[in-house]
Amino acid sequence: MLLKIVNLTHFFGGLKAVDDFNIEIGPRQIIGLIGPNGAGKTTVFNLVTGFYKPTMGKIFFQDEDITGLPPHVITSKGIVRTFQNIRLFNNMTVLENVTIARHYRMQYGITAAVGRFPSFHREEHEVEEKALEYLSIFHLDSKVHLPAGSLPYGQQRRLEIARALATEPKLLLLDEPAAGMNNAEALELMHLIKKIAEEFRLSILLIEHQMPVVMGIAERIHVLDFGKTIAVGPPEEIKNNPKVIEAYLGEGALE
Amino acid sequence: MKLTTYTILGLLTFYALVMVTSAVGIMNDYLLRIINLMMINIILGVSLNLINGYTGLFSVGHAGFMIVGGYVAGFMTTLLFGITKDTPYWEALPLFLLAIFAAACVSALVGFLIGLPVLRLTDDYLAIVTIGFGEIIRVVFNFITFKKKIGNWELDIGGPRGLLGIPPLSNFTIIFLFTLFTVLFIRNFVFSRHGRACIAIRENEVAAHMMGIPITKYKVMAFVLGSTFAGIGGALLAHFIQLLHPTMGGFMNSVEYLIIVYLGGMGSISGTIVAAVALTGLSEFLRPIGELRMVLYGILLVILMLKRPGGLMGQREFLFLLPERERKIYATQNR
Repeated sequence: MLLKIVNLTHFFGGLKAVDDFNIEIGPRQIIGLIGPNGAGKTTVFNLVTGFYKPTMGKIFFQDEDITGLPPHVITSKGIVRTFQNIRLFNNMTVLENVTIARHYRMQYGITAAVGRFPSFHREEHEVEEKALEYLSIFHLDSKVHLPAGSLPYGQQRRLEIARALATEPKLLLLDEPAAGMNNAEALELMHLIKKIAEEFRLSILLIEHQMPVVMGIAERIHVLDFGKTIAVGPPEEIKNNPKVIEAYLGEGALE
Repeated sequence: MKLTTYTILGLLTFYALVMVTSAVGIMNDYLLRIINLMMINIILGVSLNLINGYTGLFSVGHAGFMIVGGYVAGFMTTLLFGITKDTPYWEALPLFLLAIFAAACVSALVGFLIGLPVLRLTDDYLAIVTIGFGEIIRVVFNFITFKKKIGNWELDIGGPRGLLGIPPLSNFTIIFLFTLFTVLFIRNFVFSRHGRACIAIRENEVAAHMMGIPITKYKVMAFVLGSTFAGIGGALLAHFIQLLHPTMGGFMNSVEYLIIVYLGGMGSISGTIVAAVALTGLSEFLRPIGELRMVLYGILLVILMLKRPGGLMGQREFLFLLPERERKIYATQNR
């Protein structure tokens, strides 16, 4: 099992944002996480990636307890995420954005950097090659030296995913990657996500509001409402689950 | 390669020109003093830019670190080693270098002790703490009257009177070399994976953390490095103006370095150099109008901030200051 979350519970003061959340993600699975606004989806992401420490519960990654580790350590273990509101390094170039992701894999120290030792030049050269590889997958190779903030929205989304992938994760958490995209763009993105999952042998946990996207690629969907898991199952089942419809459309909507 | 050669040639020419003109008396002492002061301000400005400009922290206590370095070095040369202005220069030089090294170490240590607890927090607590630090340092040096007997002389670091009689060991060559070293060090740091990590923290702390960058480590690293060079600058300044006074570590002095950084451009070494030279020159130029120059200073700053909020240079660099790889990139993107 790649990721295993047991009885995850998180409070914000008196508010139970996540209530007894359980999930198991195996290798090379794409799992969807849906629910109305404020259901606690992003909180789950923040808990898994170490931005919040859970009130209760355990998170295991490859059978190792990673509960409460800081984000940069979790990244080095192989979990990385994107953000609902894009978080790029806007004033850095597209290339630099991706090389940042390779930072923790680089070795040379301050002395080597200041003295411009051969190890500095070698590693910098390697990281550039590697970063360009990732950028070309996302068709951003013509933009490498532009500031990331100057890219159009869709490309910024792609760059964020490219940057996340450059850390070479085993599990990728995508927080509403299709937010703000029209249907055609969203579907294109869906194919891209599917492709990268296969190509990089990744598991993906996906938060998405656009149902066609998540229904199309997730093999299993977890539905949250007010922090509680109200349904788990394959897309077909979720689509017709009365509880899910009620959560989205409101109580009594089915009557 | 060509530009690098020109840069080295330019620096050598500058050095030779100053040396020759001051030796034959074309350049008077006053002018040479201004040049030296400009270079010391470059050291302090560039090191503060690493903290505030590149890493996006907000230190308001740079003069505090400077004065720590100054007092450490001044104490060592003047009181511990008993160097006077009559000591032969070649005898004093190794001891002076040792004192500068010690100043750098102590400033680094103080920076570490302040930075570690404060920088673990995410918000702008650093500003509050460094203001406090600057004031504490001022008060502490006001109170310490370390007494030591050397021969018939009883010496102390002066308390509110200040530390007097520091030997004039900072000459043009020493200051020039340390300025070169500082600029080169910080430039090479900034254009490396470490500097990139610092800039990423400035750009987006959360994303930087998620990309695997230990943010506390890099914040502390930038803060300590900046403080170290502030200590070196302080040591040079002490042996240049030949006196140290507790108020030099106070808030208003820190503000002067802040002005250099923000006027030049946060995240631009070139901008800091331009601003350090311009402001040092300007305050000398305006000396005849006395205290009024501070008013003019203020007006000038307001105008500049309105017209160029990113500072004179923004985040751009002079081509000759860039490492070769970045130079090529700059050439292609013409931003």
